[in-house]
Amino acid sequence: MNFIIILQAGVASGTVLLFATLGEILAERSGILNLGVEGMMLIGAMTGYSVTIHTGNPWLGILVAMLFAGVISQVHAFISISLHADQVVSGLALTFLGTGLSLVLGEGLSKSGTVALMPSFSIPLLSLIPIIGPIFFTNQNVLVYIGYILTPLVWFYINRTRPGLHLRSVGEYPSAADALGINVYRTRYLYVFIGGMLAGLGGATISLAVAPGWFSELTTAGQGWIAVGLVIFAQWDPIRAAVGSYAFGALRRLILDIQGPTLLLGFHNPFYYNSYLGFFLQMLPYAFTVIVLVIGSREAIRKRLGAPAALGNPYIRGERGK
Amino acid sequence: MSESTSALKKRFNYRIQVEPRLDVPPVWFPLVVSLGAIVMALILGGILISVAGGDAWKSYVHIAKASFGDIGVLSDTIVKATPIILTALACSVAFRMKLWNIGAEGQFIMGAWGASAVALVPLLQPDAPRWLFLFVMVLAGMAAGAAWGFIPGYLKAKFNVNEIISTLMLNYIAVSWVNYWVFAVWSESGFQMSTKFPDNASLPRLLEYAKTFPILRGLTTHGGLLLGIVAAIVLWLIVFRSRWGYEIRLIGDNPHAAQYAGISITRNTILVMMLSGALAGLGGMSEVAGVVHRLQTSPVAAGYGFTGIIVAWLSKLNPLVIIVVSVLFGALILAGREIQPSGVPKMIQGTILVCLIASDFLLRYRVRLVRVEE
Repeated sequence: MNFIIILQAGVASGTVLLFATLGEILAERSGILNLGVEGMMLIGAMTGYSVTIHTGNPWLGILVAMLFAGVISQVHAFISISLHADQVVSGLALTFLGTGLSLVLGEGLSKSGTVALMPSFSIPLLSLIPIIGPIFFTNQNVLVYIGYILTPLVWFYINRTRPGLHLRSVGEYPSAADALGINVYRTRYLYVFIGGMLAGLGGATISLAVAPGWFSELTTAGQGWIAVGLVIFAQWDPIRAAVGSYAFGALRRLILDIQGPTLLLGFHNPFYYNSYLGFFLQMLPYAFTVIVLVIGSREAIRKRLGAPAALGNPYIRGERGK
Repeated sequence: MSESTSALKKRFNYRIQVEPRLDVPPVWFPLVVSLGAIVMALILGGILISVAGGDAWKSYVHIAKASFGDIGVLSDTIVKATPIILTALACSVAFRMKLWNIGAEGQFIMGAWGASAVALVPLLQPDAPRWLFLFVMVLAGMAAGAAWGFIPGYLKAKFNVNEIISTLMLNYIAVSWVNYWVFAVWSESGFQMSTKFPDNASLPRLLEYAKTFPILRGLTTHGGLLLGIVAAIVLWLIVFRSRWGYEIRLIGDNPHAAQYAGISITRNTILVMMLSGALAGLGGMSEVAGVVHRLQTSPVAAGYGFTGIIVAWLSKLNPLVIIVVSVLFGALILAGREIQPSGVPKMIQGTILVCLIASDFLLRYRVRLVRVEE
């Protein structure tokens, strides 16, 4: 069991969570809670894999996956923004719809052969840095590198640019934003769309890079929901989201690797001798999500930090503001 | 709303006006809107099936025939509807308080595990009388489900942990938990299922009475249906005719008013999550004691918890309506097993939920065509 390898693989599989979490942060910062992440990720994973099989071009697969997931997110946008419906139920409906649709359209896809995957490579000088080099810059997928660039970019966009200011104002105090001439509806539609595209990118990252293939619902196995949880842990901050995502990725890898060696810290490894204990290891990412939520929620109460003030509230022009 | 219609204004002398509904619409109106939404969903679903290369009309005719065609399949439909009734009741009571319990699936699985433990640990000897077996299994199933509902309820009440995510995560944990017991402890010679329960640990089926009433031969409808109906009536009485139910509804409609009225939101959050879990757990008990007679994950955890969410919403959270709607969804699940592509039932369920939520708009707003005055 090599910790460098675990962390290296953790960064790779954490990239999936990172994309989905960044997307959800953008949507929630505009005031729209989208619980459809799991469904949009499945759509992205299925579309990316399917397009790549038919065209042989994984880049095209990624692109179409993002577009399709973005389009499907607009179902939620329409119902929650224009029809003022409850965002929780609408988001759940999107997950059901996305899951069902990806199962129907992905029928028989799992039996198809291997496909061209996204390329992996090392970064010349950076990979020579001790510890950090092997973990972050050696033989990683191009999508992992895109994740490194995207995270600070999203942070900068939200906190330091004018459109980012508009985004935050729409999520915090939509009626004030409206009075200043910002189109609340259009802004929200836009960020739900971008959130959908990033969730689709996350899904396609699974099927075209991290764990290639289409395994129906097991492709994501609840990672979309973990991403929704990570948003709360990250307190709607992209940098914290990256830390959380990579930590979760490493945890997933650790669970696989811990069952390998016969000795663990000098003792007999119980997970090697009793493979049934693996079921308890499988619980860990989900149990961790709950623990992380408890920590995140307590910290939020203590520091008086919180969700965007208008999160989950439909904005209706002319009605008394919330 | 008005900007989008401004282009129309130039050509027509009418425009669409949307205004909040102040009056209460007539009783038949929500029903018509819901039916319209379902028809719309079936049309949309049909288009999607066609896009995926299936034959939509054939699929629908097949669903109708394979689920209501004769008394035998009707009985099978009811068998599928039984667990949905209980999970939908579980969701409805939590949703009534705006507690988004998405964990009926996990609570259902834990209920199945709790009930199985009675027969497999065993807590009762195999020759114990049937009534005792069933009584203890109902209690154990409900207790296990309630325990699984208590965790997110407590976390929500004490630490304000989002219950949607915590209940969902607990679903995955429940599956692993039951897998451990099925594979490591109760496995039948290494297979992916536990040993069979003793005969007395099963809910009575209609076919057991075929000697007296020949018409019942081969019918698999079991006593779980009775549990579901009784639970629905009791829940209706709790929600609409009891003080506790009033508190639950008040918290759901206006938590601030409830708090000022001295109603404890903390206590009710935990209690309602436990009640919700207990109902779902009862569903799990009914499934293992009435259908499979052993513990295994794949047919027991077949997504009934998630279907329950849709059924609860479609029934407008009314426990008695849930019984009827569950039968329709039981039909969809029963017949859907043979339809290709295999994701069709799930997709139709999703489409129905999407159309339903969209159609709620018509209940809250009045859409009118009004003449534009120059």
